Amino acid sequence: MRAPLHIFIHRLAALFRRRRLEDDLDEELRSHLEMAVELNLSKGVSPPDARREALRNFGGVEQTKEFYRDQRGLPLLETTLQDLRFGLRMLRRSPGFSVLAILCLTLGIGANAAVFSWIEGILFRPYPAVAHQERLLALAGTARGEAGADSLSWPDFVDLQRNCTLLDSLFVSKITGTTLSIGDRAEVTTGSIVSANYFDAIGVHPILGRGFEPGEDSGRNAHPVTVISYQLWQRRFKGDPQVIGKTQRLNGVYHTIVGVAPEGFYGTFVGWAMQFWVPASMEEIFESGGYKLEDRGARWIEAYVRLKPGVTRQQAQQEISAVARRLEADYPETNRGRGIRLWPLWQTPFNNAGTLLPTLEVMLAVVAFVLFIACANVGNLLLVRSFARRHEMTVRLAIGAGRGRLLRQLFTEGLILAAFGAAGGLLLAHWCRHALALLFPSRGGVAMHLPGEIDWRVLALSAGVCVLATLLAGLIPAMQTGKIDLAGALKADSSGVVGGHRRAWVRSGLVVMQVSLSFVLLVGAGLLLHSLQKIRNTSPGFSTHEVLNTGVNLLAAGYDTPRARNFQDQLLDRVKALPGVGLAAFARMTPLSYGSYSSTLISVDGYQPPPEEQPTVEYNEVGPDYFATMGIPLLCGREFTPADDEKGALVAVVNETMASQYWHGRNPIGERVQVKGRWMQVVGVAKDSKYESVRETAKPFFYVPLRQNFSPRVGLYIRTPLRPEAMAAPLAREVHALDGNLALYEVITLQEQLHRSTSPQLVAVTLVGVLGGLALLLAAVGLYGVMSYAVSQSTRELGLRMALGADAPNLLGLGLSRGLALTAGGVLFGAAMALALTRLMGKLLYNVSPHEPLAFGAAFAVMTLASLAACFLPAWRATRTDPARALRD
Amino acid sequence: MPESKTEVLQGTLDLLVLKTLDSLGPMHGFGIALRIQQVSQHLLQLNQGTLYPALLRLEQRGWIVSKWGVSENNRKAKFYSLTRAGRKQLVEQAESWGRMSSMINRVLSTS
Repeated sequence: MRAPLHIFIHRLAALFRRRRLEDDLDEELRSHLEMAVELNLSKGVSPPDARREALRNFGGVEQTKEFYRDQRGLPLLETTLQDLRFGLRMLRRSPGFSVLAILCLTLGIGANAAVFSWIEGILFRPYPAVAHQERLLALAGTARGEAGADSLSWPDFVDLQRNCTLLDSLFVSKITGTTLSIGDRAEVTTGSIVSANYFDAIGVHPILGRGFEPGEDSGRNAHPVTVISYQLWQRRFKGDPQVIGKTQRLNGVYHTIVGVAPEGFYGTFVGWAMQFWVPASMEEIFESGGYKLEDRGARWIEAYVRLKPGVTRQQAQQEISAVARRLEADYPETNRGRGIRLWPLWQTPFNNAGTLLPTLEVMLAVVAFVLFIACANVGNLLLVRSFARRHEMTVRLAIGAGRGRLLRQLFTEGLILAAFGAAGGLLLAHWCRHALALLFPSRGGVAMHLPGEIDWRVLALSAGVCVLATLLAGLIPAMQTGKIDLAGALKADSSGVVGGHRRAWVRSGLVVMQVSLSFVLLVGAGLLLHSLQKIRNTSPGFSTHEVLNTGVNLLAAGYDTPRARNFQDQLLDRVKALPGVGLAAFARMTPLSYGSYSSTLISVDGYQPPPEEQPTVEYNEVGPDYFATMGIPLLCGREFTPADDEKGALVAVVNETMASQYWHGRNPIGERVQVKGRWMQVVGVAKDSKYESVRETAKPFFYVPLRQNFSPRVGLYIRTPLRPEAMAAPLAREVHALDGNLALYEVITLQEQLHRSTSPQLVAVTLVGVLGGLALLLAAVGLYGVMSYAVSQSTRELGLRMALGADAPNLLGLGLSRGLALTAGGVLFGAAMALALTRLMGKLLYNVSPHEPLAFGAAFAVMTLASLAACFLPAWRATRTDPARALRD
Repeated sequence: MPESKTEVLQGTLDLLVLKTLDSLGPMHGFGIALRIQQVSQHLLQLNQGTLYPALLRLEQRGWIVSKWGVSENNRKAKFYSLTRAGRKQLVEQAESWGRMSSMINRVLSTS
């Protein structure tokens, strides 16, 4: 149907030619009446009667014009524009009010928009340059009887690639750290080991050169090629257009640069920006554990899949599970009990999406609270103003404005405020979009990469929040308008009597709500802070003070095993000889670091595993004196000595939990355990400690001598009372003396290591703390506003009290006690709410009950102090009332 | 006020205007009003003013167009004329009016 559009355009066009059309209408009607008069005159009617007759037949000229105008333009649009113009004028007339209200809304909407943009940029659309992220899923392994995710093996991945029909593509992207050397400048940098189809699968096309070609991900070390990031190209090659074909050393191995990735592509790992990509055939250069492309038991890759359009995750999962079951049947010795699972991107188990998810969930609730508090403030401000504007409203009602029209006017004004707030809020969110990464400590000088993303979805949500804010803030004064009693208001208006109890009640209610919401946030912040303290003060089972950690990457420097062994021995001797150093030891994995322990199927003499379960245990490869250096107590037996080398008998040290789980309380010393097909004798039992995370529960774990399970890439642990800064130079000197080309890793205390591993908790505390503080400030402003208003409205009462003999402390007490009564109400509500809500933070809390009295007590104290501060000025002003004047006026 | 005068039925004014323009050719508002009253032999009670929003409505739908011109006694007036769409509309509306009125007549005469 063409007609409605035709009519709309006609009407819309009329809006812009109003002046002319109005003249036209006047002229047309005038000519009509004149013709009618003429006709009547020609019939012989007297001139006055002729005119009267013509007008009577016409039936109301102004009325006709009104009808005509409604038909001509778009009345709804026109009145809205009118409301907008009027609203803007009103806001300009009271700039103090407008600025305060817009500021509140900017904070409220901005906090929401910022969190939306983080959620969008980190959880839902983490890889901006990658095509069709909505069909992207993370792929990881599972082990029967274990929660969480495991890595996949390359042969399993290849089988999946071959057998899955519901997937557009499967690709590998495994993060790796490396030493990058171009010319003689070396740096530690982050990149990805990928399958050859990577760039095609994600739809990212290098701006120079090419991506990887099929087959480049097979053959042991067969394809030393790399694609570099745009930043690396700009930074290290100064954007050289001839860079293709040049080489750079990655972990000491020359790689030919075949491509440059486009600007704004940071790879596919939440948390860090990738600087280079290498095909999987080169994994041995970057990964410990030898050549793994043909080893189905070596689980090391992290992968993604893209679904075909229209395929659901459940369908794809069914197909993948079927393949996994087949693999389990075909390769029982490596795949028994192993599954493969798809995860939505926002739950990706192997990057920071999973770590940040609980924090961001809590943040959503927190910013909603901040928004409510901000809206309550604006509502309160509008309410005060609606009192000031009561005269205007009453007059408008009296001359015939409909209440609906009046409400629309109020909401339009609210919308103007909210729109300004939303614009400011989006600006705020834009500035804050990189803020999340700043809260995390940088590692080795490289900051995390956690950008927020402000796309149309975030904009739409923010617009929704803006409308919600309008409704919330506009609702309260609107309710009051409904209550205007025309006759009463017109009469009483000029006398300045307080707007009655109801209005005061609404305002107090708002303040109580603000106080209670910010109380909940304070409790939340308190709980998180307490939890962080607990985490950081918890003993991880090893000494955190007086133990330093650093390392040297011999793999990167191209050392073979004998040379690496020799180097490690020499370095250890030199380090032990340094002044201030007590003990020193090597180990492959640093506890609580990002990285994975080796894990193995074990068999234990006399232990019959339940059917369908493969006892898999993680272990660490450690050198002599490791336990003494780390301060991990041995419960019985001995620790490794230099004699436990490749010539000695194979030995192992198990932890408490492993001893009790597999030997059922018998002393395991002297018993045997089979690791990767080799039998080892247990020589010691170590106390449990934390291995991957402070929050983990006790789990079986064991240690094997580094010498019997050699790795050229190890961490060095040094027991010394000296600070890391003091040790860094002497350590570097010793390394340099042995090999001028080697660089030392960052020297940090294990305490620092512990802090880094708990940084998500720190981030949660910081965010909730900052927003809780903001909420407290907004609530205090609200309380201050209500109290000052109450004082300004009750000058007469105060004056009377003073005249009757009340002194300043009395009045001060009166003012404060009123404010504190409101606070007490808010705290009471808030405490009830917090009791119900803090349970939801469970995932973020460590050893802290969600109902921890300390947090409630602290929140109470802070809230009380804040409200005392907010009420003091108004109360003090009350004591300055001049009784004579107050009573006279 | 003579009681036999009938109010213009909602929606029929459009039809009357279209028919008038069809038989008179281009005409100004006053002429249309006069003609409707004459043809109905002054039995139809028409507030002439209500004609103008109706004319605008028809023009917005593209059934008539307007142009300033000069009346028979040399007065500036806005002349309305039927468009092709308007003529089509007239035929359709007249038919449906015919069907409707004959149906109502049948219902009334059978009871």
